[in-house]
Amino acid sequence: MKPWLYVAPALALLITFTYVPVVNMIWYSFHYWDGLSTVMAPAGWDNYVRVFTDERYWQVFRVSLYYFGASFAQITIALYFATVLSFNTRFRNLFKGILFFPYLLNGVAVGFVFLYLFQPGGTLDTILGGHTPLWLGDPDVANFSLAGTSVWRFTGLNFVLFLGAIQSIPGEIYEAAEIDGANRWHQFRHIIAPGIRRIISLSVILAISGSLSVFEIPFIMTGGANDTRTFVIQAYDTAFQFRQIGLASAMAVVLLLIVLAVTWVQRLILPDEEVALS
Amino acid sequence: MKSVPKYLSLVVASVIVLVPMVVVLFAAFKTHAEYNSTGPLTPPRNWLNLDNFATAWTNGHMLRGFWNTTIILAVSLTGTVFVGTLAAYAISRFAFAFKRLVLGLFLVAALVPGVTTQVATFQIVKSMGLVNSLWSAIVLFLGTDIVSIYIFIQFMQSIPKSLDQAAMIDGAGRFTIYRRIILPLMRPAIATVVIIKGIAIYNEFYIPFLYLRSPDLSVISTALFRFKGPYGAQWETIAACTMIVILPTVVIFLLLQRFIYNGITAGATK
Repeated sequence: MKPWLYVAPALALLITFTYVPVVNMIWYSFHYWDGLSTVMAPAGWDNYVRVFTDERYWQVFRVSLYYFGASFAQITIALYFATVLSFNTRFRNLFKGILFFPYLLNGVAVGFVFLYLFQPGGTLDTILGGHTPLWLGDPDVANFSLAGTSVWRFTGLNFVLFLGAIQSIPGEIYEAAEIDGANRWHQFRHIIAPGIRRIISLSVILAISGSLSVFEIPFIMTGGANDTRTFVIQAYDTAFQFRQIGLASAMAVVLLLIVLAVTWVQRLILPDEEVALS
Repeated sequence: MKSVPKYLSLVVASVIVLVPMVVVLFAAFKTHAEYNSTGPLTPPRNWLNLDNFATAWTNGHMLRGFWNTTIILAVSLTGTVFVGTLAAYAISRFAFAFKRLVLGLFLVAALVPGVTTQVATFQIVKSMGLVNSLWSAIVLFLGTDIVSIYIFIQFMQSIPKSLDQAAMIDGAGRFTIYRRIILPLMRPAIATVVIIKGIAIYNEFYIPFLYLRSPDLSVISTALFRFKGPYGAQWETIAACTMIVILPTVVIFLLLQRFIYNGITAGATK
């Protein structure tokens, strides 16, 4: 009986604020409910049908593709700098700190920093000169600007994770490889890449769920205007502005199922045991 | 010579990271007239012009924001350390049924994107009567997560079990062992968790935005966000407020780099 007493607080909080909401959410998603009235009208699959057929609801998936694409740029940039900084470099810690720092910043502050950068006649226009688009005002450009902001903010995280993984590879392996005549590219291809496969695949998973749950940057910078509405902004508005809890719950359940499916597929492709460095 | 492209790429990346912030810093020190007449890349004439910071501080009620953030940080971090270390203590030092299930529950919970379940979490927090009270945020930050549990368990495993046994022979109970032996030795792991979680709570926007609607309950994120509408034409004030919010992060990062890097990598490589 005793050990349960020690895990009880953690478990109680986890169940109350994560598992009960998930179960309730599934229940809500099959009902029409405004969040206030005491009765819920059963809705069958209507809310789900609407998520996939009403253009306003499924077009948010399209927006997430920009962020999904951006996260690959992010992973590539992070991988490059992690590799570069894993070898002897002058001012290594300074560069590491600079590249990582944006990840620690407050999201609202990041939003304002980039609102300022993208202003018409602002910093970016001054640097580029000439004819520039409305970075946040033009629906054809806005999602690229926001996804770019996201790359700026999150590359540091991937970078530090990759760097940590690379540095956990024992140094003798490189020495041995160098004696065998391997150049930097060979070292990357045959030592570093396999050594950090697991963290890269984890980053791809996070990229998929991350690009579907983007919220702060577009919400703060454009409020979802100019075709930049993301899944979570849409769910937020549906739930808290239009009080359609059932519909918003259906959106959240769909998102959750996608994230779980992606994780499950990843575990099928890359089971834990495969990570040993041969 | 071979290393020229390498350093060039590092410098270019650093410039891309720094320029967006540096221009905001410039704007924060400019007078309104100066802001309108100079380009964004021009440094301010007077680096000691703190007027915008004063305006931002008072009109944005930043003191209140920092105060509320501090209360939330202090209470929820203290709580989460106890909740997390107690759970890790049970998992690492006791044998009990369903241990794997408990760990599994925390692991799966990490996959649930928090922003989406708020639709339903909101109803629960509301039914507890906590909406528009600092307790809503505190209670939501109080829980522990798989990353903290792993950091704690890993550290606990490095504390020899013979210490526990010696104390037990001296008549100490399990809880006394936790409080007198384990907890004090856990300091480095606790520091890591506190710093990582502290930064996350300081930066959290969605939860305070959703639950702390009253202006009296603004935390720093929501206090800064309130500048968006009414100050649209006064970028120098917004810039100053943005810098006020960023400054503590810079200080914490410079002082506690090692813990931050450790905490970040410990989380993901497990």
